[in-house]
Amino acid sequence: MKSLDVDIAVIGAGSAGLGAAIEAKKQGMDVLILERNDELGGITLQCIHNGFGLKIFKEDLTGPEYIQRFIDEAKELKIPYKLDTMVIEITEDKEIYAVNKKEGLLRIKAKAIILSMGCREKTRGAINIPGFRPAGMYTAGQAQRFVNIEGYIPGKTFVILGSGDIGMIMARRLTWLGCEVKAVVEIKSYVSGLIRNQVQCLEDYNIPLILNHTITKIHGKERVEGVTISSVDQNWDRIVDSDQYIECDSILLSVGLVPENELTTKAGAELSNNGGPIVDDNLETIMDGIFACGNVLQVHDLVDNVSEEAKRAGKNAAIYVKERYGKEQIKKDHIKIIPGINVGYVKPDYVNFSNLENLLHFHLRVKEPDRDVIIVIKEVNKIIYQRVRSFVIPSEMIEVRTKFKPEVISPNCRELKIEVLPVSLLEVLDEVG
Amino acid sequence: MDYDVIIIGGGVTGCCIARTLSLYDLKICLLEKEADIASGTTKANSGIIHAGYAADRKYVKRKFCIHGNKLFDLAHKELNFPFKRTGTLVVALEERQIKDLVYKRNYGTEDGVPGLEIIIDKNRIKRMEPQLTDKVIAVLHAPSGGIVSPYELTFALAENAHMNGVEFFREHEVIGINKIVAGFEVETKPKKFTSRIVINAAGLFAAEVSRMAGADTFEIYPRRGEYILFDKGLIHLNKVLFPMPTRLSKGILASPTIHGHVFIGPNADNILDIEDISTTTRGLKEIISGGVMLVPNLPLNAAIRNFAGLRAVSNTMDFIIEATEMVGFVNVAGILSPGLTSTFAIAEEVVRILIEDLGEELKEKEKYNPYRPKPEHLSDFTKMKLNQKIKENQAWGRIICRCETIPEAEIVDSIRRPVGATAIDGVKFRCRAGMGRCQGGFCMPRVMEILSRELNIPYDEVTKRGKGSHYLVNKVLCIELTEDSKESEEVAEK
Repeated sequence: MKSLDVDIAVIGAGSAGLGAAIEAKKQGMDVLILERNDELGGITLQCIHNGFGLKIFKEDLTGPEYIQRFIDEAKELKIPYKLDTMVIEITEDKEIYAVNKKEGLLRIKAKAIILSMGCREKTRGAINIPGFRPAGMYTAGQAQRFVNIEGYIPGKTFVILGSGDIGMIMARRLTWLGCEVKAVVEIKSYVSGLIRNQVQCLEDYNIPLILNHTITKIHGKERVEGVTISSVDQNWDRIVDSDQYIECDSILLSVGLVPENELTTKAGAELSNNGGPIVDDNLETIMDGIFACGNVLQVHDLVDNVSEEAKRAGKNAAIYVKERYGKEQIKKDHIKIIPGINVGYVKPDYVNFSNLENLLHFHLRVKEPDRDVIIVIKEVNKIIYQRVRSFVIPSEMIEVRTKFKPEVISPNCRELKIEVLPVSLLEVLDEVG
Repeated sequence: MDYDVIIIGGGVTGCCIARTLSLYDLKICLLEKEADIASGTTKANSGIIHAGYAADRKYVKRKFCIHGNKLFDLAHKELNFPFKRTGTLVVALEERQIKDLVYKRNYGTEDGVPGLEIIIDKNRIKRMEPQLTDKVIAVLHAPSGGIVSPYELTFALAENAHMNGVEFFREHEVIGINKIVAGFEVETKPKKFTSRIVINAAGLFAAEVSRMAGADTFEIYPRRGEYILFDKGLIHLNKVLFPMPTRLSKGILASPTIHGHVFIGPNADNILDIEDISTTTRGLKEIISGGVMLVPNLPLNAAIRNFAGLRAVSNTMDFIIEATEMVGFVNVAGILSPGLTSTFAIAEEVVRILIEDLGEELKEKEKYNPYRPKPEHLSDFTKMKLNQKIKENQAWGRIICRCETIPEAEIVDSIRRPVGATAIDGVKFRCRAGMGRCQGGFCMPRVMEILSRELNIPYDEVTKRGKGSHYLVNKVLCIELTEDSKESEEVAEK
């Protein structure tokens, strides 16, 4: 068995992996990227629509254009990478076992590991649609691959279940190809994806968005022939006698993404309720020296945000290797970050006490849409951060960047709560505070 | 005559008959209407090997079940299909049900069902199955009960039958049977076959096939059962768990699968359409409420698939295994639960019918090989073995299905094996590529590539399960850049 030693092993060469590897390399680390696909770039390669890079490059790029800049930089920096290489196991001692065709089984001993495996699409079984199981059902990303990479069109008439971003983008893409998208059916009362995609991909092309509805039956035995959709009540239960039949030969599923963390849990790291590993503000998991970034940690709205997060992970992993690797680990003094009212999840899950004065990045999603809200961070009942927002929706991630002055937080603080409250509560809180 | 024996139907029953008869000096073929064997009742089946205490003595299925259960150990050794005697528990949730357990135990023990035991000690019950509800009062433990992968059993039977000379014709739907001198002419869509003996193992279509031959004696009604399969790793069951049966059905059970998942189901729904394997909202709710009665901790939000299967229920409510008045035409019909358990016993009975009722003088072949090699799976390898395998064949090092860690080598093997896969579902059921939590989201285009290459068919002609189930309908039109347009682009860039 071939064995290798590296400073930092990066698992996955999508936007997260490349971004982290580049930063770690710039910090002087000996880096190795392991990628299971046969090329660098990850899922961004099949996202040939525009809208990438506005934040980082101040340019409107397509996915492949965006990721190519990172691929080029990684190659310029001569970062070694292995393609067609699947990691099958990560041990607690940061040993990675991977396989590829040419080298067989590899054992890679790393001082630090960066997890950047991305996410995958939820599938039909998870949402239990009754009916047959014919050909003609695809996840939106699968259809995207067929069209944009393989060059094949998977159907003629489509109904899209769920209003995730890839689903809306594929609705437009398929329309351009001459297919008919009969409807985008969303069980919630608002879209799951970005508002900009609702406008640019559906409204601009007169594709009907049917809210508060879901597919209740799939018709067709060999190939999809149609779907029954029904309206649902507040509990998402089907309303009797609300059925309508829509003829179509294909169904796309765009019902959400989940971080892909099989390797992470096998290594012993715990996940939080969003499906990503529990991390501190260094993006380090509870496994010493194992870091996570990008969609494996939390599903981002924009690839630019993935790249930013990746950069932080790359930098922190390098600092770990330089300052902490091989030394006895000091028990970390952690403050737990707790999602409170109308917060679905928040990352990081912990903040190191010693980092409170540094710039901290919190990412969170609300549970329900709301208007005129105030985002607060509280130590017990004392508000230590607050910011007003006119509109929040689960599909748009909220970023909070802040530093805390030492006198603001008590030395015994063990947890901080982050909440998104109606602004009408502000005055009340002001009186209390 | 083309053949001595034609078997109609490539489910577990037909394939087991084929394999059992392949011991003898007979020219045999099997006709299957679908793109693959194990496509009907066999595929969507609970996969349970019953101990045999349950059925009433007035039915022959009882005797086939008890005997059939015992035949599994040898068959497992010879055929290497996934099988485990996990033991089964019938769960009593009320005091008054204990007398039913006692009745079942006695009724089974009298007919030779081994090891039946009623357990009342709650601690002991919980040790046997920690996931069982706290409301349990007592259980009937049947240690000889177990689980099997019904489709992998069928593939093993077919592969071994093929090794011993049986020919398989898939996508050959029988559309007519004519009596000819000393035999039958069996008409299928692609071509006609002649044979001295015809064995009807057509499952849900057995009554129809029997009528084609002029042996019109029974009816088959479809009874649908729906299932929900849960993701691996979130819950583990040691035992197959049955509720107390009602007069109508065995009830919703909760069971481990041989591959480490947990499923719940089936309900029992008498339906009209013999091909209606759709699942229903009502049915799925019904099995969830049944399932949580036994296992309250079911990870309901981690269901990865729901599916339905049809049981072929005969009007006698029993197996129909008999020579008919059309001499040489044998019916093997109405094989519902415990049909899977009875498989090998049913095949033995067919041999007896051939010898005793049809007067066949069956001679054993000189070169019969009862062994079917176990398909190699990466998941069974040690790290050193895997490294070795990749050195021998690089395809072991290219992982195609990420969720189940299935390399290209296993996918190629599932296509190249005797009676191998010809479509995506065939690959999925043989080597589990696409069976995991992403349900083929990532690997399907890659499996299509391999099928296209191995079968030498265009990429867009790869199907889910044979004709009519194409995935791709059109090509994206590409405008090839000519030298001129490339130049003008470069100019534009400058």
